Formats: sequence, C-alpha cells, structure tokens
Amino acid sequence: MRELLDSIGYDSWVLLALLVIPALAALGIWVHGAMLGDNEARDRASGTPRQIALWAFIIEFVVSLGLWWSYDPSTAAMQATLDLSWIPSWGVRFALGIDGISLMMVLLTTFLMPLAVLGSWTSIRLKRHSYYALLLLLTTGMLGVFVARDLFLFYVMWEMMLVPMYFIIGIWGGERRIYATMKFFIYTMVGSMLMLVAIVYLGIKAGGAAGPDFAYESVRRMAGSGGAMTLFGAVVPASLLMFLAFSLAFAIKVPMFPFHTWLPDAHVEAPTAGSVILAGIMLKMGTYGFLRFALPFFPDAAMHPAVRTTFLALGTIGVLYGALVAMVQPDFKKLVAYSSVSHLGFVMLGIFALTTQSIQGALMIMINHGISTGALFLLIGMIYERRHTREIAAYGGIARVVPLFAALLTFVSLSSIGLPGTNGFVGEFLVLLGSFQTTPYLATLATLGVIFAAAYLLWAIQRILFNRLHRVENEHIPDLNARELALMVPLVAVILWLGIYPAPVLRRMEASAEQLVTQVSGVAPATSVARAGNP
Amino acid sequence: MNFMTPLDLSIPSQLTIALAPDLLLMGGAMILLLWAAWRPEGVRHQRTIGTACIALIALTAVVIGWFIYRNATATQGPIAVDRFRWIADLVLLLATAGTIALSMDYNEREGMMAPEAHVLILLASSGMMLLAAARDLMVVFLGIETMSVATYVLAGMNRRSPRAAESAMKYFLLGAFSTAFLLYGMALVYGATGATNISVIGDRAVQYGLTGSPLLLTGVALMIVGFGFKVAAAPFHMWAPDVYEGAPTPITAYMAAAVKAAAFAAFLRIWYEAFTPVYPSWHNAIWWLAAVTMAVGNIVALRQRDLKRLLAYSSIAHAGYLLVALTVNSAAGSEAFLFYAFVYTIATLGSFAVVVALGEAGERSLNVDDYAGLWTVRPWLAIAMAVFMLALLGFPVFGGAGFFAKWYVLKAALQVPSPHWKLAVVLVLTSVVSAGYYLYVVMVMFMRPRLAGAVVPARSRGLTGFVIAASAVLLIALGFFPERLVRLTRGSAPLSALSVPAASSSVPLPLTRPADR
Repeated sequence: MRELLDSIGYDSWVLLALLVIPALAALGIWVHGAMLGDNEARDRASGTPRQIALWAFIIEFVVSLGLWWSYDPSTAAMQATLDLSWIPSWGVRFALGIDGISLMMVLLTTFLMPLAVLGSWTSIRLKRHSYYALLLLLTTGMLGVFVARDLFLFYVMWEMMLVPMYFIIGIWGGERRIYATMKFFIYTMVGSMLMLVAIVYLGIKAGGAAGPDFAYESVRRMAGSGGAMTLFGAVVPASLLMFLAFSLAFAIKVPMFPFHTWLPDAHVEAPTAGSVILAGIMLKMGTYGFLRFALPFFPDAAMHPAVRTTFLALGTIGVLYGALVAMVQPDFKKLVAYSSVSHLGFVMLGIFALTTQSIQGALMIMINHGISTGALFLLIGMIYERRHTREIAAYGGIARVVPLFAALLTFVSLSSIGLPGTNGFVGEFLVLLGSFQTTPYLATLATLGVIFAAAYLLWAIQRILFNRLHRVENEHIPDLNARELALMVPLVAVILWLGIYPAPVLRRMEASAEQLVTQVSGVAPATSVARAGNP
Repeated sequence: MNFMTPLDLSIPSQLTIALAPDLLLMGGAMILLLWAAWRPEGVRHQRTIGTACIALIALTAVVIGWFIYRNATATQGPIAVDRFRWIADLVLLLATAGTIALSMDYNEREGMMAPEAHVLILLASSGMMLLAAARDLMVVFLGIETMSVATYVLAGMNRRSPRAAESAMKYFLLGAFSTAFLLYGMALVYGATGATNISVIGDRAVQYGLTGSPLLLTGVALMIVGFGFKVAAAPFHMWAPDVYEGAPTPITAYMAAAVKAAAFAAFLRIWYEAFTPVYPSWHNAIWWLAAVTMAVGNIVALRQRDLKRLLAYSSIAHAGYLLVALTVNSAAGSEAFLFYAFVYTIATLGSFAVVVALGEAGERSLNVDDYAGLWTVRPWLAIAMAVFMLALLGFPVFGGAGFFAKWYVLKAALQVPSPHWKLAVVLVLTSVVSAGYYLYVVMVMFMRPRLAGAVVPARSRGLTGFVIAASAVLLIALGFFPERLVRLTRGSAPLSALSVPAASSSVPLPLTRPADR
C-alpha cells in the first residue's frame, strides 16, 4: 500500500486536496443553485445538492484514508508536509502537516462527514443548496485547523469554521435557534480574540528583527521564554498570560466547566448534522488546541502546580457535574449534550495528568466520543423525524415497535457508557490508569463519572425503549429504513473495532503522545501502552 | 521628466508637477462644473456628468499610478511626494468614484436632478487629496476647508428633506466649531516653533528643546480636539450619528469613508512628522482617545436599530481602531493605517450601497428589522451585506480582508519595543462587542422570516449593483491574496524627517518611549 501511495506522490498533495475538495464542491453546489434561479419549488425538489455533498465527502474520505498507511508511526515528526508561500511580508506561510494526533482527528472528521450528510438526507427541506455548501465549507475549516502548521493559518481556519456553523444552527435549527447561535458565536469569539493577541505577540517575538514568523516550530522554540508584563501593578510572567489567553479559547471550545453554558443550547437547537459535527468534531478542537499549542508552547505555565491543579480539578468537576446534570434532563438531546461535558472532562483530566497513557487515553476518548455521541445524535435525529419530540417522557416501550432502532440505541449507549468490548472502555480506562499515577484522588473521584454515565444513559434507555407502551401515537412508528441502517453500520463497526483491537490506532498516536509528554514535562516517559500490550 | 533626482519644491514648475494629480482633479472639476451648468437639469444630463466625473477620477488615478511607478521623491516643502500620499489618494479616489456611482442612481430615485452634486463631490475630494499631501499646516487648513465646505453643501443636497437640512446645519456648525479649535492649535504651535512646515516643526522642537513647552503642548492638545471632531472620535463624536442619518445615503458613505480617511491621513502625518519629539506628552491622550472611541462606538451601536445610525456608530468604532495605529507612532503603524483605510473604505462603501439599494424612494425601510428574511427574496444582496458586516467585524475568509486589516493594526500595536498589549486587548474585546450588532444585521437577514406584507424590494439599479458586487468581490479576493496590497503599503511611512529609514516596518523609532500604560 505504501509503495502505491508513494508512486503517486500521495504525501505531497493529500492535505491540500483535503482542503480543496470540499471548497470546490461547495462552489459547485452554489453554482447549481444559481442556475436554478429563484424557483422555490424546484429548489425544494432538487436532490442534487445532497448528492454532490455526499459524493464529495465520500471522495474526501477515500482520499484521506491513504493517510492511515502513509503515516509513519515510528516518528513524531510532522508528515505529509506542504509549505507554500502565502503572505511573505507578514511572515505567513501556507504550511500544512500532520502528526499522530492530527491524523486521527482528520480521519475522524472525514469519517463523520458523509454520515452527517446522510443524517440530513430527508430532514433538511429548505434551502438545501446553502445547507450542503455550508457543511462543505465547514469541513474545509475544520480540517484546516487540524493540519495547519502556521499559527496565522490556524487562526484563519479556526475563525473560518465559526461562520458556517453560525448559519447552520441559526437557519436550520430548532425553535430557540437564534438565541443559541448568537450565544455560540459570541462565546467562541471572546476566547479566540484574546488568543489572536497572543498569536500576534508570539509571532513577532519568534521572528525577532527579521519580521514576524508564525511557523509552528519557531514559535514553539520562543514561546515559553522570558518576558514579564505588568497587570494592575503586579508583575506577571508573559508566558502565563499567553497560556491563559490560549486556554480560554480552547476551554470555551471544549467546553470545560464553567465555560460550558453555550453547549446545551447549541447542541439542542442545531439540526442533526450540526449536533453531530459540534459534538463529534468541533469540541475536539478545544482539546486538540491544548495538546498542540497551549501545553507545548508554555510548559512552565501549564505545569505550574496551581494552574495544573486548577485544570485537573475543573476537568473532574466537569466529569461529575456533566453527568449529574445529564441525569435530570427531560430532553434526550440535552441529556446527550450534557454527557459531552462529562466525557470532555475526562479528556481534560487525561491531558493535564500528562502521562503517555493518560494522553493516549484522552485521544482515544476524543475519537470515541466523536463516534458514539455522533451516533447518538444521529439516532435522536431519526426518531425526532418520526415523532417530532425529544421528550423522554413522550416515549416508552417503543422497543416492541422499532426493534432495530432499539437495538442500535442500546448498543451505542453502552459504548458511550464505556462497556468493555466497545470503544468507550479503552479511552476511559487509559485516562484513569494514567492519571491515577499523578493525581490519585481526582482520578478516583472521576471514576464516579463512569458510574453516573451508566446511570443516566441506562435510565434514559429504559424510559424510552422499555417500560410500558402507554401512548397510542407510539404504536405505529416505522422502523429504520435502508438509508438509516446503512449509515449506522460503519459507526457500529468502528465501535466494535476500536473496542476489541485499538492497537493500530494507539500505535499511530504513541510517538506523538510521548513527544508531547517529553516536551512538556522535560522527562522522557518510561511506560507505553502499545508495547505493554492491549488493555 | 526625470525622477531620479528629487523634485525641488522651491521651484514653482516643479511644485506644479508635484501637485499634478490634485490640479488635474481640481481643474477638471471646474470645467465639469461649467458643463453641468450649461444644460438644463435632467436625468440624462445628471448621468452624463456623473460618468464624466468618474472618468476624470480614473484619469487622476492613472497619473498617481505613474508617480508610484516612477518612485517620485521631492525635497522638503509644503507638499509631500511619498508613498503615503499616493496610496491615501488612491483610497480617497476609490471612495469618491463609488460615491458618485451611487449618487447617480440615488439622486435619480429621489428626484434630485442637479448634476452639480457630482462635481461638488469631486471638489471635496480635491481638498482631501490636498490633506493627504499636506506637509504644511497652512496646506492642511486649506485642504480641510475645501473638503468641509463642499461636504456641508452635499449633506443638505436634498432640499425637500427636513432631516437633510438638520443634518447639514449640524454638520456645518460643529465643523466650524472644530475648525476653530484646529486653527487655534495651529496658531499656538506656530507661536511655539515659528514654523508651519511640519517637518521644520519637528526639527525645531528638538533643536530648541521645546518638548516641555506649554505653548506647544497646548497647541497639540487643541489640535487633538480639532481632529477628534473631524474623525468623529469619542468624546467628540456626538454630531456623527445625526449627520449620517440625515444626509443622503451616498453622501453618508462618503463622509464615513473618504472624509474620515482624509482627515486621518493629515492627522497621522502631522503627528508622525511634527510631534514625534513630544510623543511622551500626547501618547496618553491619544491612547485614551483610542480606547474610549472603540468602547463608546461599539457599545452604543448595540442599541441602534436604524441602519444608518448603526453604521455611523460602527464608523466611530473604526476611528478608534485607526487611532490605535496612530498611537503606535511607528512605520508599522502608518502601513497598518493605509491598509485598514483601504479595506474599511471598501466595506463601508459596500454596506451603504446595500442601504441605497434597499431604501425605497424617500428613504423609508432603513430599520434593520425591515431587512428580515431578505435572504429569501434578494439572496445576493443579503450575501453581499453579510460579507460587508463580517469584514467590518474583522472575520477571515467570509469577511475577506477585514480580518487582515484588524490583524495589521494589532501587529503594529505589538511590534514596538514596549508593546501596547493593553490597547490590543481593548481592541479585540470591543471587537467582540461589535459582533453583537454586525451579527444582528446578518441574523435578521438570514434567520428571521420575512415580515407579513413586506414588499419585495425592487432589483437594485445597475451602478448600485455594480458597486455592491465589486466591493464584495474585492474584499473576498483580498482576503485570499493580500500580499500585493501589503507590499504597496510597505515603506510608506511619512517619517522621512526623522532620520528613520522607512524601508523596513520592523525598525522602531529611535526614541525612548514611556512604558505602555
């Protein structure tokens, strides 16, 4: 496989292609829309946009799949690099590249996007052209965030993905969509704007007299060093302020308790595909940002005992708080939204515990959460299309009416809980194992989160699927159709694969995770998961 | 003509060459004025004159392009011959051409058939070009008056509208008031230094050790007030929303874009060339002026529902961002200013063009809520407006070059020995506030349903449509490829008087600076 990929020069164009394909497809859809003109009826009937989007995403996935083989897991260096000149006067380059962390995020994105299109297949009826075009542009932005090797480019991509999501929630969302989308946008912008100041500052510092330099590596070399600023009379190390500026942007995106309040609104009001993308991919950008920028740039600030304890504690609070709040939600979508807060709390715990295992575990949860929660949102979308309600109390006993749906929902919920043999188990186990070495008390507390997760999800499933079938309108819900089944099959397969044999994934992330631990703690880690065998 | 040697401005013929673009525009405008008066008012005649005006602007731009191409320089004199002037001129001419194009459609719809209106815009622009070139306080004053008197008339051009009359009156009174401040300040500066040439002022301030002179500092303070009024910086901004609301929309665009840019160009040049020696004395004042302007403009704009008023407060906020570039007082600051002015001009012109396109006869439908559901009836108009709003908000890709403009200012603020990072934080936080109103407009257009009984706006007329489309396309294109524009602005700092090589943007001024506040 590698020879084949090498023979077509795969590494030199793949990342650029991944960014360009969706953008071109989006243009194509808009051109098609413009050709249809103002004819509303034809616009509604047209199935072309979703076809174009689906095929573009499938091509995108196939193209990205080559990375799985072309990626060399033995080194943590950036691979498949591309470095083009963009704005030389500002020292800005169009530099792309991936390491083990980005690789998995890119594959997760390209894997979920076709499913998101299938999930919107019939539920989006208005303005389809713009909807699918925005989904495609959003993908360019998201992939750009994961592959950018230049801070300026990273920031452009980071802001770029905000606008399509703003429109997707605001136009095709639920009843309180406008409130939700404004809240989403402004929350995210507050964080990212301070990050912008930090990026400009770092770029100027890294470049020195030769003009700014935003290349990832040069910034990383310079970022943590020296400098102090006066803030209200107190002298604060510049690296701490920069770290906080980056952290705020990422903590809001994660979202880390107490910055999570935008999430339930945005997730609940977004259309199905929007929720899938938000939960599956966009939340990961926060944790990805910590792994890629905040920690390696400012190891001293991040590993300062007070800062580190704060983040660990907030992560643990997130785990417990998210789970407890999820338990009392009457709305199933909101329940899943709060469960995201809980899961991402685990990720934060794993990242700041800073052992190779806990970081690999955090990465595994990032992948698993994308797949399991994405699947849950897709299933909620399917049942919502049939009954137009997400109230848990409105259902009950529908396992007898829709057996396929019930089986899938149960299975996906179990994976989200972290049942051994499914993907969820691997990540949470690794995080707890890894963080137990550094923060035993918090790790113990976080274990409760796993139990709470079982409680809220199983209880919800019981109330939806089992119990008594006490409502007439639930007696004739049609079961899943072929399209819906087809879109669930890959998800189920991946859940099982990652649960039973995660070693290939772990192996590809290992070198990068180790390098991160070395960079941040200054000590080479002793243990490694893949070499110690499968957990 | 040989530009290898600098033009000697003490020789009248060479001074004339240095003033060629300004003279061309002014003289051409005079001839057009005669032509305009030659024939009776009418739709056709109005359009003919408008087209001729735009042709004259294009010709002037070509002459300026030639000066840039030949890299013309000049000795010390009342007129500057440098990059800063030429690029500021191009920004002003762009705004002028856009305004005239909009006016041709707008005046026809509103029944204002006087073709002299277009020529007046040209005369105001020639004053502006003089401002961009001025290197002598007398020329600055000449430019300000030429620009202002024409603009007072333009604001009241629609004689049937009481609001326009109010606007013109207010503009005139406050303009006169602020000019008095400015003139008094200039007089005091002259009293302190005995010079009106701004580079001589700078030299003498150093030579005679005037950095603590009360006379000079009072003069500087009065000039800050005067320019504060001209560029509508808080707390001297109160006139702007009322004037912008009442004036005909194309003229509002003109005031928000060109008038502001021209006043800023002179402001910047005087402060960079003449007052750099007294930087520690005015630094705090301008710092606070910038911070307060950004805060007031953005926060008050949140409550505006009339689109013209909303854009007026937005332009106040942008004056604040531009003041940041002035506070920095480095080569990077003036480059950032030119880039910002260019992008801001396009975005402002475009958004007012949308207001022109959607305003029905008599300027109804100016409330933001009248735009509800615009996307479903006029999608391209809504998309263009969204681009302008995102550009003013400073967003990449979808807002085109808007992000780069803000970025350039931020970079300038942080690229000095003692970075102005607190001002940078104020800038970005007030930008977040501005999302509250820019996005509100976008939200209303795309996410609200069309109001029941709302009429579908007529298709926009040709020139208005062209201005909208060209602005949006230009913004987006610059959002991908800003390098050329950046190159054009590089090395344009008007700092030649201070022995600072203007070639590199990273070279700070050789002056001790107070620590950032």
